[in-house]
Amino acid sequence: MTVRINQTGCIGSGQCVLAAPDVFDQSDDDGHGIVLVAEPSAELLPGVRDAVDRCPAQVVTLEE
Amino acid sequence: MTEAAVCPVHHERDHPLHPPAGFAEAVAGGPVKMIWPNGVEAWMVSSYAGVRQVLSDSRFSTRKGGQPEMRTDDGDEVLDPDQPGNINGIDGAEHMRLRRPLSRGFMVKRMNELRPRIQQIVDEHLDVMEAEGAPADLVASLCLPLPSLVIAELLGVPPEHQELFQVTAGDLFGKNGSKDEYLAHATKLAEVLTPIVEEKRAAGTNDDMIGLMANDTDFSMEELIFLCIGLLAAGHETTSNFLGLFTLHLFEKPDQLEVLRRDPSRADVVVEELMRYTVGSLGGPGLTRRATEDVEVDGVLIKAGDWVSLSLMANLDEALCPGAEQLDLERDAVSHLGFGFGPHQCLGANLARAELQIGLRTLFERFPNLRPAVPVTEMSYRNDMITYGAAEIPVVW
Ligand code: HEM
Ligand code: SF4
Repeated sequence: MTVRINQTGCIGSGQCVLAAPDVFDQSDDDGHGIVLVAEPSAELLPGVRDAVDRCPAQVVTLEE
Repeated sequence: MTEAAVCPVHHERDHPLHPPAGFAEAVAGGPVKMIWPNGVEAWMVSSYAGVRQVLSDSRFSTRKGGQPEMRTDDGDEVLDPDQPGNINGIDGAEHMRLRRPLSRGFMVKRMNELRPRIQQIVDEHLDVMEAEGAPADLVASLCLPLPSLVIAELLGVPPEHQELFQVTAGDLFGKNGSKDEYLAHATKLAEVLTPIVEEKRAAGTNDDMIGLMANDTDFSMEELIFLCIGLLAAGHETTSNFLGLFTLHLFEKPDQLEVLRRDPSRADVVVEELMRYTVGSLGGPGLTRRATEDVEVDGVLIKAGDWVSLSLMANLDEALCPGAEQLDLERDAVSHLGFGFGPHQCLGANLARAELQIGLRTLFERFPNLRPAVPVTEMSYRNDMITYGAAEIPVVW
């Protein structure tokens, strides 16, 4: 399973970081979401799904 | 199609913390067309799915001008829809141009760095409140000064100008008053801000928001000044009202207050649930958008050109979480709409969260017996502001 962020739509809200701090961070350059762990382990998946749901720009995807 | 109902926007509340009387019934069952006090018709959308859909669909524009809600007594629109730097009134790429550089200043980690300073401000204000003794007005003692000091510091406004900001930002956000008065307040703020911006531009520093906007962007001076005013205004009244309302909800629900008291380290989750519930219980009309194409929302065809008002009562929709009409501080955080959704979702959400978490937690840790000095229903509430809140919260401990 792969986590991605579509950078074009990201508004740098950091909701993904709040949902799954071990998987996401924000870039120091522009505040955009970045994926730290592209292939998260099973225990990280609930947080990732939460990020997919909470991302206001709907640009976080989890390909199953 | 039946005739559009008059929007119950100005209806009295039976209880200061409950939605306007009759509102839930009036908007139930999908988008309902309503007439606003200024005669403009708008669809009221109040379901969780519907509000989320409209806020994230680029076929809905946030451009203002002729919108249903009004800010001044004489019916004037406060803002020129073409006002440069009005981040909340532009769409698509133009919006991203303004929004993106600002995001960096509000990053989660940057807000976390601010926490010790927020804690210090909270502690200092509660020291004064304690020293002066009960009864105290919580609004004047903590709710108002906290967000305005924090936002002024985040922007990089020198301390000597901060009082003027507090007063002027309060005036600027008041609904009562004419467009001329609004413009006078905005001009006053701009006069103070301009030399500060110029100074930071000359110094080339980017360690605060004004510096960041002045030096790391292509913003014009006019955009910059307006963005600063927007941030001051947005960061000021909202957070202050919510800190007060959260406290009042907890006073009214002692079993819930007990949940926070038992485990103050859960303040982050507690604040999310209070946010969901408080915003939902305010009810009434909410964020405004306008369809640029025909779009179906909750089974109703919204035509191009139609106005839509998104009631954040959607936060009480069972589709969001079971038992959504109840405040349940033991609930895990859910994806509520208290800060909006979509590309315009609150820029200051992570700042507001930090202030609310630290403020609320510290308040009840320091004053475990904090209680209202008069019944919550007898306090005076400000209906004259864009955002609703208690004018004074007399407390004893
Ligand atoms: C509890 C406190 C707060 C609440 C409930 C709140 C709520 C909201 C909501 C619902 C929106 C979306 C508006 C829309 O979609 O049209 C919004 C936007 C915004 N908020 Fe907040 N806000 C709060 C605190 C703050 C703070 C502290 C700041 C700044 C320091 C801030 C700055 C903004 C800005 C600049 C926007 C416009 C963003 C855009 O259009 O891209 N807010 N806020
Ligand atoms: S939640 Fe979405 S918009 Fe916000 S930073 Fe993460 S990817 Fe970007």
